Amino acid sequence: MNFGVIRFPGSCDEVDAVLACERVPGASAQLLWHGDRHLHGVDAVVVPGGFSYGDYLRVGAIARFSPVMESVIEFSREGGLVLGICNGFQVLCEAGLLPGALLPNVELRFICRQVNLEVVRATSPFTTDCEAGDILSIPVKHTTGRYYAPPDVLQSLDAHGQIVLKYAHDGNPNGSSNDIAGVRNEVGNVFGLMPHPEHAVDELSGSTDGLKIFTSMAHADA
Amino acid sequence: MPTLDQARALGLTESEFSLICEKLERGPNEVELAVFSLLWSEHCAYKHSKKLLGELPTTGERMALGPGENAGAVTIGDGMVVAFKVESHNHPSAVEPFQGAATGVGGILRDIFAIGARPIAILDSLRFGEPASSARSRYLLDHAVGGIGHYGNSIGVPTVGGELYFEGPYEQNCLVNAMAVGLARKDGLIRSAATGVGNVVVLFGASTGRDGIGGASVLASAELDEADASKRPSVQVGDPFAEKKLLECSLELLDRGLLVALQDLGAAGLSSSSAEMASKGEVGLDLDMSLVPLREADMAPFEIMVSESQERMLCVVEPAQVDDVLEVCAKWEVHGTAIGVVTDTRRLRVLVGDEVVGDMPVQALVDDCPLYDLKSNIDKRPIYPRPPRVLGSTDPQEILLALLACPNIASRRPLFEQYDCLVQSRTVRRPEQADAAVLALPDGSAIAVALDGSGRRVACSPYTGTVEAVLECAANLACVGATPLGLTNCLNFGNPEKPGVAWQLEESVRGLAHACKGLGVPVVGGNVSLYNESGGGPIYPTPVVGMVGELKSAERAGRMGFSREGDSVGFVGPFRPFMAGSELAKLRGDELTLGLAPVDIAARRETIEAVRDAVRTEKLSSAHDVAEGGFLVCVAECCLAGGLGAVLDLGEIYEDELERVLFGESPGAGFVVSGSAEALERVGRLVPCDVFGTVGGSVLDVTSGTVRIEVGLDELREAHGALAVLFP
Repeated sequence: MNFGVIRFPGSCDEVDAVLACERVPGASAQLLWHGDRHLHGVDAVVVPGGFSYGDYLRVGAIARFSPVMESVIEFSREGGLVLGICNGFQVLCEAGLLPGALLPNVELRFICRQVNLEVVRATSPFTTDCEAGDILSIPVKHTTGRYYAPPDVLQSLDAHGQIVLKYAHDGNPNGSSNDIAGVRNEVGNVFGLMPHPEHAVDELSGSTDGLKIFTSMAHADA
Repeated sequence: MPTLDQARALGLTESEFSLICEKLERGPNEVELAVFSLLWSEHCAYKHSKKLLGELPTTGERMALGPGENAGAVTIGDGMVVAFKVESHNHPSAVEPFQGAATGVGGILRDIFAIGARPIAILDSLRFGEPASSARSRYLLDHAVGGIGHYGNSIGVPTVGGELYFEGPYEQNCLVNAMAVGLARKDGLIRSAATGVGNVVVLFGASTGRDGIGGASVLASAELDEADASKRPSVQVGDPFAEKKLLECSLELLDRGLLVALQDLGAAGLSSSSAEMASKGEVGLDLDMSLVPLREADMAPFEIMVSESQERMLCVVEPAQVDDVLEVCAKWEVHGTAIGVVTDTRRLRVLVGDEVVGDMPVQALVDDCPLYDLKSNIDKRPIYPRPPRVLGSTDPQEILLALLACPNIASRRPLFEQYDCLVQSRTVRRPEQADAAVLALPDGSAIAVALDGSGRRVACSPYTGTVEAVLECAANLACVGATPLGLTNCLNFGNPEKPGVAWQLEESVRGLAHACKGLGVPVVGGNVSLYNESGGGPIYPTPVVGMVGELKSAERAGRMGFSREGDSVGFVGPFRPFMAGSELAKLRGDELTLGLAPVDIAARRETIEAVRDAVRTEKLSSAHDVAEGGFLVCVAECCLAGGLGAVLDLGEIYEDELERVLFGESPGAGFVVSGSAEALERVGRLVPCDVFGTVGGSVLDVTSGTVRIEVGLDELREAHGALAVLFP
């Protein structure tokens, strides 16, 4: 499994994502430059956290038009696995690869906190190493992380099993609709979440629960 | 030709103006006067503090880069160094807290990558007026925290620690000090000395605008007054996205070996950066203002020279490398422009095309600013107003809860949750997990960082209070198992031309020097911020010290919280607490005392090292130093951090001694530790260690003779959460 992690100007967690991918047994990871359309034959794409293009205009709004994203959109249509973390989730929503949008947190402040996530769907290629109902301890850190979709879209997400992760134990940190922390597209090969699984891959940081997202992707690809 | 009155308006004295005329052998023109006024300002020339700072120890086996460079650095294993520095942005933050604090972070980060180190952590030290009674203080804090978070979070450098205190004397003069820590290969460090006659000077980063014109002299070197709002145009505006690109661009330029010298543009912009580069390299520079990319087309040459527009760097490049340098700049989408050349004239010449609009000897700019002796005298009258009395109770349980809820002790969670403490994947200990932040390194070792200072105690005794601040910082490192490698400091004081303030400064620097020598920790660099006073009088004298330490094993980093039911609880140290200068004395509305109990630095070092060694060998489950609020507050914090109660029996204590024992203070002198009975016994063979209780349950239960304190964790937590109410 060779992961490609996109680097936009303003990306912050791209190296962290590379380090997390490299913890998956047998996997490798490389950075993909935003201005380069070529995906260099990677098996899966990670759109990382940070503040792509300074988050100017609106979070994710500029990154979505970058040359590399044209190829990522193409890659996803061909069934390639695409994971969007935090700013990456915002970019994927802006690109129309995922339903819904991310709005400013209810308290309008940046929040950095370890949260508990409930695995709603263990059948997605991003959560096969989990069981439904598992609780994952993973941090969030964002200002614009309130997941929003109109009621009919929320209903459809539920009906199609697209809600993959929810904030558990009344711990919704940002006011997201229905406590949604992560959703996938209808096909199932594109997944976005606000929490940062790449920051929960090492015992030293207090949790390794986030690694399951990356190992699941590797297993799905095998 | 500018007149003496114009020179005065820029902050120069009559004798300084005459000296400038003498050095130039004529009167300065507008450009020259502007450049001199900035380089000869307190902020750039340290004219009231330079003589004193010579006392500080600046050598040691682990020193890699000492004072004088953009940041200091110490060696760690594997050919690596840790660079660090703390700097103030007090006056800009008082005028515009969000941008003031944000650009403070931006400035200190540039200092770190200007020497070739990747910034890996930010800490901040904040002081404001009383939050409960002052809406302005709440506003300043709220926006300063917002600004720090905005900049640090957006640029991808974790904010891992810091400290915050509220005191009346900061009401008119808040303090915002930011510390940055960086990591570099020792052979990858770069100096700022411009060398090689004929080499090209390249300015890269953001374009130059009118923001921050005269910031160093107008804001940083004079007292603030009622008309603060009119100084708002002197505050720079930060753009973390621009700096993120600048950071990556600078590190790539260095990685590829394309630079001869590198310097960031901070206070006084191009003026100070170019003059300092020329001075260190013993060369001259010709800079052409017509080549500088501008935000506003009609800027005068003097405005370009003094602009404090953020996110800019200056480098010296060999002619053959210029194209490669500009190509890297283009890749990162930052302006890169050759604006000048290195000459052998030892003069800084400012040009507009072929026309010379300024011509100054570099030495006069950088080295010839007159240094002043302080005229010091102890102020026997109380300088500071008595704090208001807000607590009358003498019941120990009520006092404990009042202390936990007071703004100086309550949990900082509502504030530090606004900072990304995790990015870059090194953070092993986050805020409230331990007394110092711990950052893992690739080889399995780690560094620990802490930032400390107590203005109120330094106001009681500038010498002893400063010694305590250094010891407390070392104690914080010991609690995670780290040995200090170096220290940086920011000296925040009032107007040094007043004898009472001058005395505080002298005594404080003497304490800093003694404590550093006593601990064997060199000073790698620092910053001085004077004139922190206004109509309401001076601030508490506030030396802030930051330390970096090393741990052999990240896995063995210590924790603050009780972590195992059944562990013994012990007290380590030669702890003789007093009420003078304590948090409880403040709540009671006591006048500040003149003087604190003397400190035996050697004995405290012994305790600190014993605790550090016990943490390192994993003999202790937890360690936490006794600081504000004293012993019982410290125990409560251990309970809260670990989510476990404790049952303690302190034995019989005389009634008139009880308050002093439970709530008296003596920073850096005592630790509450937990671990197996054998572990505590082993510590006790080296230094005093009293075992008096057991970890367990969900209640803090303390008995002393007939006195009984019994508080549930929930009640402790509620009290400790008091800050959330003030900052909804």
